[in-house]
Amino acid sequence: MAQVVAVIASTHHPFYYRATTATGEDRPPFADEWARKILAFRETLTRARPDVLVMVGSDHFHQLWLDNMPQFLVGKAPFYDANWYNEEREFGLPRMLLRGQEDLSAHVLRAGLDAGFDLAFSNELRIDHSITCPIITLRPEADLPIVPIYTNIFAPPLPQPKRFVQLGAAIREIVESWPSHLRVAVIGTGHLSLELGGPRQFGPQGPDPEFDRRAVEWIANGDLDGCLSEVTLDSLHAPGNATHGFMDFMLMMGVAGAGAKADHVDTLDLFHTMEAYFTWYPNGAPA
Amino acid sequence: MSRYLVDKFLYTVDRDPELVERYRTDPHATVAWWEAERANAVLNCTTGEASTWLRFTDEERDALASHDHVRLFALGAHPFLTLTLFIAMFERDHDEPMAYQKQYGLRLAHFSLPYPDIAT
Repeated sequence: MAQVVAVIASTHHPFYYRATTATGEDRPPFADEWARKILAFRETLTRARPDVLVMVGSDHFHQLWLDNMPQFLVGKAPFYDANWYNEEREFGLPRMLLRGQEDLSAHVLRAGLDAGFDLAFSNELRIDHSITCPIITLRPEADLPIVPIYTNIFAPPLPQPKRFVQLGAAIREIVESWPSHLRVAVIGTGHLSLELGGPRQFGPQGPDPEFDRRAVEWIANGDLDGCLSEVTLDSLHAPGNATHGFMDFMLMMGVAGAGAKADHVDTLDLFHTMEAYFTWYPNGAPA
Repeated sequence: MSRYLVDKFLYTVDRDPELVERYRTDPHATVAWWEAERANAVLNCTTGEASTWLRFTDEERDALASHDHVRLFALGAHPFLTLTLFIAMFERDHDEPMAYQKQYGLRLAHFSLPYPDIAT
């Protein structure tokens, strides 16, 4: 059976690419430290020697729209074009083309449906920065085939937080039941406290540093009980109006497993948001 | 209330570079044209199949036609859609990085939790 060789959870800051490729006067003062942290984070994936990447993210009203909005969707295609005109325009993100791993997509869909998750699917999916940002940070060669999984953290009504955790746990089991010799890393991105288009946006820090501190503790310690006892769809409005993206971190805690302490934990306090990076090695840290 | 249609306007204009410029330079005419010609298009149909019932309220139409992002927030337009499109239209008018984004937030400073509902 396939092995889950790394579980990785991260924020997806669309400005990373532009900040760290800028030079001279255009290079922001925090770019060097940011790039150093990302290089250390990247190494945690490289060391696991993955063959396939399951990528959990959330479409930002690019291909998925309110006339037909899935809660959880799995891509099943041989290729995925990536990044959109408005991401090029606002963030300077490059167009990309990623290969798909269709056998694993088919397995995730069949096993997920059989496990009680009514997953939507897409045979032609153009992915956005929720998935390309971690490709850029963690695997810039973009040379590994992927299985994209999109969650709705964006367009209410949203699934409950516990459903994200349950889906994460199911993804772990499903990947480990895939009849394959391949090494799989599951990578997901979300947000800590975040405000977009509201009064608390683009401050000197994230909108709720205290929430961020507690969230990092929950994730780093795999404290699903603590997290689930405090986080509700209503409570997530308080730290910032886009904080429902934290549920993708909860999904990744489900993949890592209750009580699983992360092997790599790092954060970076930036304007507008705190960045956070976590890696778990389910079978022990690679040599 | 037609919150969905306001979001549909923001979404379809934002993804079309030519419409972004039209909306920036001539918002009243662009909103009127869009409501007459585009509001009822079923976006996933390539053959021009359309709905028959979608229209703005007077307040929504006026908020869009006056580029009033504060009123759009109050009406429950999706904040990500409004922000993204307004950055595309107006960030260029500011010299300092993030100056427009900060000003945009300040103009919303009188809102406190709970923010207006954005469910559609």
